[in-house]
Amino acid sequence: MMALYAKLIAAGLALFQGLFGVALGTGLFTLVKTSVLITIIVSVLLGVVAYVTLLERKVIGYMQSRIGPNRVGPYGLLQPIADGVKLVFKEIIMPSGADKVLFVLAPVIALMVAMAAWAVVPFNKDVVLANIDAGLLYIMAITSMGVYGVIVAGWSSNSKYAFLGAMRAAAQTVSYEIAMGFALVCVLMVSQSLNLTDIVEGQMDGRFADMGLNFLSWNWLPLAPMLLVYFISGVAETQRAPFDMAEGESEIIGFHVEYSGMLFGVFSMAEYANMILVSMLTTIMFFGGWASPLDSVVFNAIPGFVWLLAKVFCVLFMFLWIRATFPRFRYDQIMRLGWKVFIPLTIVWLVFIAAWMQTPFSIWKDVHG
Amino acid sequence: MAEKIRRFFKTFLLYEMLEGLAVTGRYLFARKVTVQYPEEHTPQSARFRGLHALRRYPNGEERCIACKLCEAVCPALAITIESEERADGTRRTTRYDIDLHKCIFCGFCEESCPVDSIVETRILEYHGEKRSDLHYTKEMLLAVGDRYEAEIAKDRANDAVFR
Repeated sequence: MMALYAKLIAAGLALFQGLFGVALGTGLFTLVKTSVLITIIVSVLLGVVAYVTLLERKVIGYMQSRIGPNRVGPYGLLQPIADGVKLVFKEIIMPSGADKVLFVLAPVIALMVAMAAWAVVPFNKDVVLANIDAGLLYIMAITSMGVYGVIVAGWSSNSKYAFLGAMRAAAQTVSYEIAMGFALVCVLMVSQSLNLTDIVEGQMDGRFADMGLNFLSWNWLPLAPMLLVYFISGVAETQRAPFDMAEGESEIIGFHVEYSGMLFGVFSMAEYANMILVSMLTTIMFFGGWASPLDSVVFNAIPGFVWLLAKVFCVLFMFLWIRATFPRFRYDQIMRLGWKVFIPLTIVWLVFIAAWMQTPFSIWKDVHG
Repeated sequence: MAEKIRRFFKTFLLYEMLEGLAVTGRYLFARKVTVQYPEEHTPQSARFRGLHALRRYPNGEERCIACKLCEAVCPALAITIESEERADGTRRTTRYDIDLHKCIFCGFCEESCPVDSIVETRILEYHGEKRSDLHYTKEMLLAVGDRYEAEIAKDRANDAVFR
């Protein structure tokens, strides 16, 4: 498949250079190639987002001794389409006095941010839209932008409930971003790189990998507390249960109370896209990306992309499992967990890892080399 | 002190969280209790109190003698009866209305009826598209009775043993 892709790229490049000359042709080809890749990533992502909603309803249903949606299509497989059609045809109600431009823009910002982060996510070795050196920084910068969607939504709704909800959601997101950032600092310390491909490759060697037990060399083992902090912060960051204050209609109202129809639909699409993104990043940072867990012939024969998908699915499943299990946090509990537990914990582990790396017992590649 | 240390590790190893996840994890594979409603139904008692019906004797004569006990006992005041002497000298209803919006399906009308005329059938799947559709008149109630007489009679016969 990789060979075919390389051939296709070479043929395309030759065609464009033949048509428009070497300089212009190369530039135009890069433009076309990037647009096509972006389209593929975004459309696949949107399809996955749609079906994650179905998966969620099925999984939560099963955990509650129900069977979930099964009426639209076989096993309910057309349910996401029915939901989408319903949302599109619902009326969008603009609150009087709402800032119309910002009101429409807010969900777009939320979704855009959730999509943009995928630019640097590697799907396999060399299969990445933009293999930039500061990939991790880019991810953190882009995901932080998600707060703007929330704030703008709350502000433009011209409703005190939406506004207060936006304040809460923004404070929550920003708090957990710090813990998340510290957890990722640990990752970048041990892998000595901000490039996501390098982070994955770095997890492929180590003492256990030499013994064929690759999965014990991945970051999750030495950085286990950071994995927990990162994952739970990820749940909080994406406003998922049990941190879904915005969804608690009965006890507290969130930033999207005034949204209806497809505008609300876009918000929830952004939520699911963020969920998938966090699962993907957890896999890349802690579970060795596309690396196979055991160094055996059978396992190595399975393409890396399949391993990546399997791992992402497992992490994504945890999101749903957690939602089916835990009751919603109170707001002060959310804040306490973020500031008084996670941030101290990450700082302690950061110092611990830093000290560990300076000792002769360091299991990572030579700091000075 | 030992308790404190134990609690500390329990907290940080997410012991109780994992316990919770284990419970939901078990239920993921547990038997599902969903009833696929239009195709499947839950079992229904023979004493189920659903839509009302007015019964007739086998010779076609309506049972109701307009004693108005059901009207008197109805806690929701859902029954309205007007009566008159018929040509053959018997007392019969000219109007027997049940407002199903008001009805609470307590079954008192059926209990009070001395001639087993007003009964509650096991029908529960009926609807009205306009408000007046659920205002059942004598003709409608008799029609229900005529249609389901076999089932009504069978249920009454089965239940007679316990009365």
